[in-house]
Amino acid sequence: MKLFHYAAPQHFYPLAGRLWPWLALLATALALAGLWVGFMAAPSDAQQGQAYRIIYIHVPVSWMAMVIYLAMAFWSVLGLVFNTRLSGLMTRALAPTGALLAFLSLWTGALWGKPMWGTYWVWDARLTSMLILLFLYLGYIALTSAIEDPRRSDRAGALVAVVGAVNVPIIYFSVKWWNTLHQGASVSLTQSPRMASIMLSGMLLMSLAVWLYAAAIALWRVRSLILARDSQAAWVQQLPEVLAHRAQRALRGAA
Amino acid sequence: MNASAITIPVHAPAPALPSPWLAMGGVLRRDLRLALRRKAEWLGAVFFFVLVAALFPLAIGPEPATLRLIGPGVLWVAALLASMLSLGRLFEADHQDGSLEQLALSAAPLPWLVSAKLLAHWLISGLPLVLLSPLLGLQFGLGPEALGMLVLTLLIGTPVLSLLGAIGAALTLGVRGGGVLQSLLLLPLYVPVLVFGTGAVDAQMRGLGAEAHVSVLLALLLGSAAFSPWACAAALRLALE
Repeated sequence: MKLFHYAAPQHFYPLAGRLWPWLALLATALALAGLWVGFMAAPSDAQQGQAYRIIYIHVPVSWMAMVIYLAMAFWSVLGLVFNTRLSGLMTRALAPTGALLAFLSLWTGALWGKPMWGTYWVWDARLTSMLILLFLYLGYIALTSAIEDPRRSDRAGALVAVVGAVNVPIIYFSVKWWNTLHQGASVSLTQSPRMASIMLSGMLLMSLAVWLYAAAIALWRVRSLILARDSQAAWVQQLPEVLAHRAQRALRGAA
Repeated sequence: MNASAITIPVHAPAPALPSPWLAMGGVLRRDLRLALRRKAEWLGAVFFFVLVAALFPLAIGPEPATLRLIGPGVLWVAALLASMLSLGRLFEADHQDGSLEQLALSAAPLPWLVSAKLLAHWLISGLPLVLLSPLLGLQFGLGPEALGMLVLTLLIGTPVLSLLGAIGAALTLGVRGGGVLQSLLLLPLYVPVLVFGTGAVDAQMRGLGAEAHVSVLLALLLGSAAFSPWACAAALRLALE
């Protein structure tokens, strides 16, 4: 089957190499368009002034931070069921981007919270669950980089990702309940005013850009992971870039 | 054991498989006996629990009203940390002397044996915390109703901590820097137990009734009891490869 053809790192490597520059190019174009719409074309908000413009970064980044964890869980289930090597590599390639985006989400949220709520941080359900999501990413990265045997590392990481994904909704609802029990929600992100269509389009453009960026960077990273994992394999030795690199080193050695 | 005991007659009939319940009972008895012979290990976690709980009044001040407010949360966090501290020993010694491999090779299913080990672990390191908690709760000035709820939630919650923690312990088995790694993996997963455990005591203190919280805690216990032994067994097989 064609789908499983690309499950071999050997075949996925060139495919990822063809895909990622286009995705990156498209992400850049969309990000430029989205930023132009968001910062130039869209008017300032009646209540929030200019400060609202951080949503053009904050919202896409937060969405993607959550989507990437789902993607990691998806690849992990695939890896545990079909025992494909590529799944573990894809999970591993996605994790740093997910952690980065979760961190950016918290950071931009804090920057927006200071002028709007008067504080960088509140123990709101959404903020807290995003923080815990960041910890889940860091736990995955720490575990997979601590185990040296690649097979065990991949499968242990897959188990953690699946256990985490099962827990994410439980954590989210428990944190939500925890907050509403202790105090009435003094600030809520859900009651935002209805958005003008130009603001919405700016946000959608940026969301697509972040989505494509995440795909591009994951493919780029998985290529490096494949090379590192299969560095002894014959097909890697035959790759033109590896041959060129080796020829260059030989030349330098001779000179 | 002498050498003659392990020579097998050539035409011996295949031995009947022992019931998994028997195997579980054997593992449970073995783990309990080992723990009773090495008291320092589990007593350490119990003392840790008491010490952490004693540090908070020193850090925050002896104001009774404040202490009553933070008491349930402090005791829950202390119990959580103490239970995590004792997880390192859950599989480590058995892994090093090879008995874990024997368990994995035995005819009884590994998840069952893991459940027995977990039960033993909870009896050794979880139950003492539950029994000690009313005493510590008194130091924080909790009323009788709050004390009862604290004991009840810890009784339901500490097995969940053991069950979830065992997954982390199995995943980090034999990994360098396993202790820190284990806490990084487990603390996010402990959040719901902590929220509902302390929430129940809080609701009881405010006279709101804690039935909903206790029900959710029980649901967490049943869910983790159903899934955790299998996840643990899978992680242990990875560690044994």
